[in-house]
Amino acid sequence: MAGEKLFKGGEFLVVDALPEEIFTPEDFNKEQQMIAKSAEEFGIGEIAAKSDDLVELNPELVRSLLKKAGDLGFLGADMPEIYGGSELDKVSSSLVTEWISQGITSFAVAYGAHTGIGSLPIALFGTPEQKKKYVPKLASGEMVGAFALTEPGHGTDALTSDTTAVLSEDGKYYTVNGQKQFITNAGFADLFITFAQVDGEKFSSFIVERNWDGISLDEEEKKMGVHGTSTRAVIFQDVKVPVENVLGEVGRGHIVALNTLSIGRYKISPLAVGSAKLLISEGVKYAKGRVQFGRPICEFGLIKHKIAEMVIKTYVNESMVYRSAGLLDMTVEGIDPSSEEAGEKTGEALRKYALECSINKVFGSEMLDYIVDECVQIMGGYGYIQDNLVESAYRDSRINRIWEGTNEINRLLIVDMMMKAAKKGELPLVEAIKKVTGELLSLRPQMGEEKEVLENERRMVSMTKKIGLIAAGAATQKYMEKLAGQQELVALIADIVIQIFAMESVLLRTLKKIQKDGKEKSEIHIAATRVYINDVFPKIDLLARQIFGAISEGEELKTQLMALKKFARYTPINCIDLRREIADSIIPTASYHLTKR
Amino acid sequence: MDIIVCVKRVPMTQEVDLEIDDSGKDIKKDALAYVVNDWDNYAIEESVLLKEKLDGTVTVITVGDEDDEDVLRRALAMGADKAIRIEPGELELDGFLISNILAQVIKGLEYDLVLTGVQADDDNFGMVGIMLAERLGLAHSAVVTGFEAEGSEATINVELEGGLDEVSKIKLPALLSIQTGINEPRYVSIMGIRKAGKKELNVVKVEDIGLSDEELVRQTIIEEYFLPPETEGAEMIEGDPSNIAEAILRILKEKGVSV
Repeated sequence: MAGEKLFKGGEFLVVDALPEEIFTPEDFNKEQQMIAKSAEEFGIGEIAAKSDDLVELNPELVRSLLKKAGDLGFLGADMPEIYGGSELDKVSSSLVTEWISQGITSFAVAYGAHTGIGSLPIALFGTPEQKKKYVPKLASGEMVGAFALTEPGHGTDALTSDTTAVLSEDGKYYTVNGQKQFITNAGFADLFITFAQVDGEKFSSFIVERNWDGISLDEEEKKMGVHGTSTRAVIFQDVKVPVENVLGEVGRGHIVALNTLSIGRYKISPLAVGSAKLLISEGVKYAKGRVQFGRPICEFGLIKHKIAEMVIKTYVNESMVYRSAGLLDMTVEGIDPSSEEAGEKTGEALRKYALECSINKVFGSEMLDYIVDECVQIMGGYGYIQDNLVESAYRDSRINRIWEGTNEINRLLIVDMMMKAAKKGELPLVEAIKKVTGELLSLRPQMGEEKEVLENERRMVSMTKKIGLIAAGAATQKYMEKLAGQQELVALIADIVIQIFAMESVLLRTLKKIQKDGKEKSEIHIAATRVYINDVFPKIDLLARQIFGAISEGEELKTQLMALKKFARYTPINCIDLRREIADSIIPTASYHLTKR
Repeated sequence: MDIIVCVKRVPMTQEVDLEIDDSGKDIKKDALAYVVNDWDNYAIEESVLLKEKLDGTVTVITVGDEDDEDVLRRALAMGADKAIRIEPGELELDGFLISNILAQVIKGLEYDLVLTGVQADDDNFGMVGIMLAERLGLAHSAVVTGFEAEGSEATINVELEGGLDEVSKIKLPALLSIQTGINEPRYVSIMGIRKAGKKELNVVKVEDIGLSDEELVRQTIIEEYFLPPETEGAEMIEGDPSNIAEAILRILKEKGVSV
């Protein structure tokens, strides 16, 4: 990392970062590029090539593919080298996630569940003995892991459990009883990271091996999508779990669950970017070949609009993913991976960016849902027919908004984490709100001729932060401690926060690219950035209006709207032309082209 | 056995609508992704397999700019030991000149075998291998699909037209142009990438290899690129795969093909 700066979690809300201070895909080093390419080659040769056999559940095939990926070092991407992992930086491991599955979601899910929530808890929170025993086998693919948290009565409300763990009289083992539901990889997993209440109140985590007595599986669930993955209920009946297999401390299972979920949430974003790139190719290729009214449909404006929107959203998400990965890498720098407390320290460091992780999860899953939907639309009736990658992608994508914490829960968390950080003094939110309120009187709207490229967009991002701050400030003032109870309001604030991160990430990435490659070689990047920010900015105004409308009335509302008017002023640009330019640039190659390969 | 493998980085042009650039003498390459030439990938794998079996070293060479080092690093990650990039600077290249440059550098190296791909994916010339063999004074065989070393000679399989497979003996050292399918190239592993970072990659400037200005002149010049004009007579068959298959069958029968 050259000039990148280690910002604190959530600091993007109150500080306008400089382009050189964030990590971007243009900063990938040679090794990172090679890792991306090797994952892509493996994905094309092994996963995409067997896509027909992965449409329905084929446990032997999935296991053999995981083993092959393990032999090449991909499974151990996030695991320490001393325990057989490859110990990649987060940028590289995100690149593996992005490229390895080649849009074949069933493999992506099995891979993600195994390497993330099915393995990481041990790599991070295991004792040296647990790590020695399990991590090498998980990294090689000899063992497959699964994460068994959800229960019939505990989905989103996951940190309590009806599963019980009772310590034996001789203190040697816990007897675990209960049922876990919707467990990914359950059908062929060798071990489960699971959770149970000890003494009725201590939520704790355990490593349970599949072949122990008392473990049974229910039938495979018949799911809407990802049919090539195994999803079953896991039933524990008097399962004797040795005390050595308690993961982390008794009563601190939430630490294991939340830290793991945080990384799991983040990883949805690179996965979405990878799938999006594949789907863009599918959509564009189809649009080039499909002739209607004597012309390929990619020549029609409304199809160009769809193509451009898919490219723009992918570019924005990609900018967010690697900006976040850069932060995660910087924050774990300096932790000695061979030290005993490395896992815990890493978990702690990553927790600081839980806000960014949740933002990535929400944005990535919703971006991918948008793209699969538009891809189906481009293909028309053909997109609605089964045995078509786009049709299955449409169904497969939907789960991402549900698991790893629903997008609703993540929206609530985003604001909750932000407020907690402010309260703890980690994020100077109150000071920033005061500052913005103070600026209000002297602020003159300055939209107009740009002296520098993207100057207006830079201003819009800055104004969006101010709008977010005054809206969040007003809502907090009104409800104080009870804000969390106003979920609709909280979600509106979360939407502004998500967009601040999205808009700023794409803006800074493009500015950094211009610094590096010049304006001429960044024309499409500039166009994408302009369209995105000019599209979102008026929506921020609307979100803020809804917030103010819900919390204020009369004179107070009038004053707030007047302030908003100052911040939200902008002159529309010709986004239609820019979108056409973006679409025209990708049509010849039918391949996402905003990141150098 | 010490083996030298000549490799090239090429743009991926499958399923891409190629556009000719303003000069009319090249295609627009900005938006294209680059990979190792497919034939060369098999040559690299063959060299690494031979090294694993017979010991020795594998050296990979390319003539190209810094971006072309990608394929050298990739070969190092697959198991090659050393890499050399010859920087051509502003020099205009063709197969003739590339083989001249490669020969000049390879002359100074120890080797028992030199491998190239049959041809390059981008220009399809297929001339570097045979010209290089001539310049190095080596026996040459092209479209090689099998190799078995026995002391100072080797048994090779060569793919001929009409599906014939020719088995012959060749004296070593020799230069073989490797055909795809001779082996199954391995995937690049993360461990391989890590190791590659520590291996030797030397850069040599073309002006420093001891060729005179007269020797650094290409012999072929591309005059023009154009896309073939669209012709009449093609019938586009639409429909689902079974309808398409039926239509193809019908046409073949109409044209007198016995199916």
